[in-house]
Parts: sequence; C-alpha cells; structure tokens
Amino acid sequence: MSEVSVAAVAVPGGGLLHEIRATLTVWEREMIRFRRDPFRIVASFGQPLLFLFVLGGGLGSLIQTGAPGVDFKTFLFPGVLSMSVLFTAAFSGISMVWDREFGFLREMLVAPVSTAAIMTGKCLGGATVATLQSIVVLALAGLVGVPYDPVMMIEMLVFLFLMSFMITALALVLAARVKQVQSAMPMVQLIITPLMFLSGALFPLSRLPDWLWWVTHLNPMTYAVEPVRSVVFDRLDIDPALRAVLDPGIVWSGYQVPVIVQVAIVAVCALVLLTLAVKLFARTE
Amino acid sequence: MDVRTDSESVLPRIDTRQEAVRVRGLVKRYGKIEAVRGIDLTVHAGETFGFLGPNGAGKSTTIKILCTLVDASEGTAEVAGLDVATERDAVRRNIGLVFQEPTLDGYLTAEQNMRFHAQLYGVDRASFARRNREVLEMVGLYERRNDLVNTFSGGMRRRLEIARGLLHSPHVLFLDEPTIGLDPQTRASIWNYIGQLHRHEDITVFVTTHYMDEAEHCDRIAIMNEGLIVALDTPAALKAAIGKDRVQISTADDKAAIAALKEKFDLDAQMHEGLVTFAVAEGAAFVPQLFEGLGIAILSVTVNRPSLDDVFLAHTGTTMRDAESREKFNPMVARFRGR
Ligand SMILES: Nc1ncnc2c1ncn2[C@@H]1O[C@H](COP(=O)(O)OP(=O)(O)OP(=O)(O)O)[C@@H](O)[C@H]1O
Ligand SMILES: [Mg+2]
Repeated sequence: MSEVSVAAVAVPGGGLLHEIRATLTVWEREMIRFRRDPFRIVASFGQPLLFLFVLGGGLGSLIQTGAPGVDFKTFLFPGVLSMSVLFTAAFSGISMVWDREFGFLREMLVAPVSTAAIMTGKCLGGATVATLQSIVVLALAGLVGVPYDPVMMIEMLVFLFLMSFMITALALVLAARVKQVQSAMPMVQLIITPLMFLSGALFPLSRLPDWLWWVTHLNPMTYAVEPVRSVVFDRLDIDPALRAVLDPGIVWSGYQVPVIVQVAIVAVCALVLLTLAVKLFARTE
Repeated sequence: MDVRTDSESVLPRIDTRQEAVRVRGLVKRYGKIEAVRGIDLTVHAGETFGFLGPNGAGKSTTIKILCTLVDASEGTAEVAGLDVATERDAVRRNIGLVFQEPTLDGYLTAEQNMRFHAQLYGVDRASFARRNREVLEMVGLYERRNDLVNTFSGGMRRRLEIARGLLHSPHVLFLDEPTIGLDPQTRASIWNYIGQLHRHEDITVFVTTHYMDEAEHCDRIAIMNEGLIVALDTPAALKAAIGKDRVQISTADDKAAIAALKEKFDLDAQMHEGLVTFAVAEGAAFVPQLFEGLGIAILSVTVNRPSLDDVFLAHTGTTMRDAESREKFNPMVARFRGR
C-alpha cells in the first residue's frame, strides 16, 4: 500500500450559505437521477396524450363549445398539463420512501444541515423535473389550437413550477408516514386522483352542483390549475360569454378571485406542506 | 500531519488526556424495550475502540445516540468534547459514519456519492478534489470512481462508505459492523485501512464487530450484553482476567485419563473435539506435572491461552460463533447482506 499524506480538510461552521448549498446539492441529485433515466420522459408523456386526444376527442364531440374556434381539447389542454405535472411531482416526493428503504435518507439526515434544507432541495428537484417534463406536452399546444406565445408559455411554466412544488411537498408529507415501499404507489393514487378530478382540470368550474362547488373550491389544486387556464384563455380570441362558461375563473360568493391571490394561496399551501414535511422528517428515528 | 513509515508500530500514541467519546449513565428505551440500560464509557483520542456484543445487545443503538441520530432517554454523551444533545451540528461535523445498513445511492456514481457528501458537509471544491482522490485511492476505488454504485460488489460498497466517512476529516469515525458479510480477504483489507488511518490522520475509530479475530486489532474493547457493558479493557488484559488456559491432550486411554485428572489433580475434564480437554491456570507450567503424575501415556498436548472467544463466552454466556450463526437467520442482516 502506498504511503500518502492525507491532508485534513477543515469543515466550516453552518450558516445560511451552507444551507443553500446543501439545498442545491439535494436538487442536483434529483437532476442527475432524472438525466440517467430518459425513459421517464417518454413514460410520463403517454398518459397526458391519452387524456388530451382520447378524452378530449371523445367528449369534445358531445360537448358543443358553441363557437367554431374553441375545441374542447383547447379547454382541456391546461388541465392535461397540470395532470402530467401532478403525477411527476407526486412520484418525485414519494421517492423519499425509497430513499429511506435504501438508506440514503439517513446519509442526508445525519449531515450537519437542517432538515428544511434537504426537504426544500427535494421539492425544488421534484418541481424542476415536473416542469421540464411539462415542456414536452406544452410543445403540442399548436395541435389543440393554443398559440405559441412565448410570454404565455413562460407564465404557464412558472405556474406549473409552483404547482409541482406544492404537490412534491404534499407527497413528502405522505412519504414521512408511509414506511413500506409497497404502500407508496397506492397511497399516491389515493391522494392524487381525487385532487385531480376535483380540481377543475377536466371540467369547467361554471354551473357546478352545490356540493361539487364546495369540494372543488376547498381543493388547493383548483387554485393551481386556474391560473394556467386563464393565461391560455387570455390569448384566445373568444366571445366573453363563452369564456364565462369555459373559464369562469374562481368566484367566492360574487368576489372574482384575482390570479395573484390564487397564486398566493398555492404558495401558502406549499409552504405549510413543506413545513409539515420538515417536522415529520426532522427526527423520524 | 506527520507521515510515519510502515515499519513503525501500528499502535497509535494514545493521548489519555483527551476524550474522544465520553458517555455517562446512558439509557435508551424504545417503548417497553430497554435497548441501553445505563452505560458509562470513555474512549481516548487516537485509539481504535472495539465494541462487541451479541445481536440485540444495544451496540447500534449506542452508536446512533453518539451520532445524534436518536435521542437518549437518560444520561449524557459527548463526542469530541461536544454534547450530542445540545451541539448536534457541531458533533456531526466532527464525526464520520459507516452504518450497519448501506446508505449509498446506487443510481449515482462513486464520485457523485462522494461529492454529495462533501457538499452537505461544506467541504470546498479544491479540498474535495484532493481529498476525494486520497481517500478513494486508499480504499482502491479511484479507478472506479465514475462507475455507478449499483455495479459495485458488497465489499466495494463498504469500502466506498468508509472512504466517504473519512472525506470530511472527522475526529471520530464510527464503523458499525464494517466487515459484515464480507469475505476474509476483504475483511483483512478493511482492517488494513483502519490500521493505516492512524498513521495518516489524527483520528479515533469506534468500531463494532461480531468477529473476535477482528477485536484483536483494537486497542481496547468493550463487551456489551443486554444493554449493559460487562467488560472493558485491552484485549490482553481481558484475556488475562479469564485466567485459565485450555489444555487438550490425547492419551492411550482417554476414560482413564479423565478419571486420573479428577483423582490426582482435582480437574474436571471433558471430551471435546475427540480430545481430553480441561482448563487450568498457567497451562504451560502444568504440563511437566501432568507427564509426571498422570500415569497414562500421553500422545500429544496442546495448550491454548484464553482467546477473546473465551472472554466473550465468560461475559455473555454465549460464544461469538453461536451469536454469528444465529445472526445468519436474522432477516435484517440477511437482507443487507444480499445487496
Ligand atoms: N427503532 C427501534 N424501535 C424499537 N426497538 C428497537 C429499535 N432499534 C433497536 N431496538 C431494539 O433495541 C435492542 C438493541 O438493538 P441494537 O440494534 O442496538 O442491537 P445491536 O447490538 O446493534 O445488534 P446487532 O448485532 O444485531 O446489530 C434490540 O432489542 C432491538 O430490538
Ligand atoms: Mg447493530
């Protein structure tokens, strides 16, 4: 064995800068793993396509939008985008169950950084992966009558990023409680499916029965999907009466909730969920 | 850091003034189970400290408390002079850890695993490049640094974990069964690295093991049983404390020899491995008396100094070998071994 002089490295104390670096490190790991698995993009592409063209095509023939310019698929497009983001983000968050199973969670939790830094990194990672994947779906905009407006696209990506951050945080909360790998997927389905169906991603929020109005308006996903749809409809040249049916926005007993408030609601939900995840993971042993 | 040559003693100079680990009245309860039942322990800076005990003795639990991964129910523990309960992050910066269970990400390369660790511990880029190379070269994995960890064998993963534990120059390195499930050659090489460490670094090694032959590498060992420390000393002193040597003889008439031993020397002998076996203080000095007084032809004699196995047996009522074979049926261990 060769004799080498091993110089000691000095490990600095903590501090905000160190926490940020740790967050980026956790984020970077998600990116590396994403790049390693290109099949993930293909796999996550199939379901949105199916929803968009089969559901959109099938239902579209039944539902008359009333105007020749607006296809039901156009209406569905922001919802399908949200859906693809929802699934990817949820799986990113729940992957913490595998990190626990394979021991890597412990490597993260015993490091001299806060649990908050680790969880934030994980959420940023999930949000980035989900947003990157949504670009593939977004590229189809032209096929369903949504214009390729760069400003609109950027706005949509920002909203989708925020949405996926919130969903990753939600999945982390679940992951803290699910101890077995086998239960992880059913758990995701159990939570994600109602979130999606009760959010207005797949149907307009106008003329809902009373109970459904309450459920959809208590669902944070609704406030995450609506901004995405509203920036699309802003670019469409349609009759205001028709828009009021397809994209009425969110109305609380007569008060038209502005997009900025919707975004704020999502951001607050994301922070609450993240805080909860940090609490649950802080000392899991 | 001074570099000494290979010919020099492997034993580090132990600085008894400084305490790397100091544990007082430590208790850990998991619900009704008392995993650790009040232990006191001092590990000197610079020594290799072995922590032995049968399955479920509480070794891993003690390590987890020292690593700030779980809270103690009672008592205090200091690592590198820092309180594990109140100075958590400082303790973490000063320790390196290799757990009983693997903690690598198989979908990252060896170097990516190392970099992840370095960044969480705040090692800067330039130091990382140099240090990463040094520790990977030490465990013989530098050439494989760009391979996915999933393609590594169990022994390579273990070596990588040890290298990673050393990356941030910890003062105390905790190794929880670093050689479990490895072949004898890999085990030997891991102990070789541990021995080397003391020559290169100012480090204390706290290691648990099931293998008695490995415990001989330690400066001092503690034997833990059912949550208590039942013995703590240097291997030599522990063996000396057992006192009696084991003598095995083969004779022309074994039955008569056993009777004669009882009658003439008041010794209880038994047949063991086809040989008449008995324990006696100062076995070597006893052999001449034996030849003179037994009156039965003796064909061969072996005298064994007490082994750590005997020490272990005396303190825990079970041999390491029994503990080991039981461990083979421990589903947790079997699972981790499979990886
Ligand atoms: N998280 C836990 N919850 C409940 N009981 C636990 C937990 N961790 C350990 N124990 C119990 O504490 C006792 C000591 O376990 P520990 O893992 O410390 O043993 P060990 O000496 O490391 O054994 P081994 O040689 O098998 O690794 C055991 O009875 C175990 O069942
Ligand atoms: Mg153990």
